[in-house]
Amino acid sequence: MSTVFRLRSLVLVGAVLTLGAITLASVVPIRFESREELFEIPRGTWARRMAGQNVDILPQEIRLVLGIRDILVLRNRDDVPQLFGPTLIMPGQTFRLPFDVASEYQFACTAHVNGQMTVIVEDALTSPWARLRWRVVRIVRRVARRQQGV
Amino acid sequence: MRRVAALLTTLTLLLASPAIGADGNAFESGVFEPPRAAPDFVLQGSHGSPVVLSKLRGKVVVLAFGFSYCPRICPVTLARLSEVFKNLGPAASEVQVLFVTVDPERDTADRLREFLQFFHPSFLGVTGDDEHLKAVRREYGILATKAASESKKLGYEVHHSSSIFLIDREGKLRVLVPFGRPPESISHDIKLLLAK
Repeated sequence: MSTVFRLRSLVLVGAVLTLGAITLASVVPIRFESREELFEIPRGTWARRMAGQNVDILPQEIRLVLGIRDILVLRNRDDVPQLFGPTLIMPGQTFRLPFDVASEYQFACTAHVNGQMTVIVEDALTSPWARLRWRVVRIVRRVARRQQGV
Repeated sequence: MRRVAALLTTLTLLLASPAIGADGNAFESGVFEPPRAAPDFVLQGSHGSPVVLSKLRGKVVVLAFGFSYCPRICPVTLARLSEVFKNLGPAASEVQVLFVTVDPERDTADRLREFLQFFHPSFLGVTGDDEHLKAVRREYGILATKAASESKKLGYEVHHSSSIFLIDREGKLRVLVPFGRPPESISHDIKLLLAK
């Protein structure tokens, strides 16, 4: 068997598997009784910002899903209180916020450089594209967390 | 090839992952864990005497920030709290609503009493000097900024945080209720605090 043929077969198998995985990810329904989306403000965030570093810890936009009862969880591991929306989260404190209306929420947030964070709460993941996007975002976040050692 | 295989494995695991259950947190609004002691204050009450927050221990305190000339937010919040009091029945006597003004210039104790009685006779307004009120807002992370009003009659209004806080019987800041929660949901969380 030639090397070129082997390589082609591998590429073909890889492509078929990838396509299969994408199809599965977009078709299989997402079911949770309730799910927590955890975001952490690491220790030293405030100090790094005061030192002039451009620190963007939390994503600018957080997407949650009402249909799987997503709960936004913010944990402040920094040494100073952080303002999130209408309240202060003290050092070491966790704030859990469930949502009951699908909408776009704008929050003031001192953990962001521009002082703002958007939380988009979607009704349900009904379309294949929405399910696929949800799963891909989740994988990307897991990989990013692993790289950050969180 | 290894990376593709790892990605496919992760995807398969995610597809097959079981449901992550709730952690037993039964509150319907935002919860602080661990809860911190609610920052204490002494302010002038709309009933004519000073209000010391820490002296209300033993009751569940519903702490709201607003002003009596508020055209949109405060009337809705207070009307909902009035509905909550109806839902609570006799247990409402163990709950105290405190409405801290963000507009001390116009919200005198008399003005607050007159305004709050429209919603419930037990609702207590609190006011004080501007500096003192600013310090209280800072402790709770409340934002309030004066802005020109669309209504010439009002002159100005104050844009302010619209959430309310629930403080348990031990004086701990436990729950943050975002604006717009239905009265049933607020009653549910207050009942949980009363039961503890």
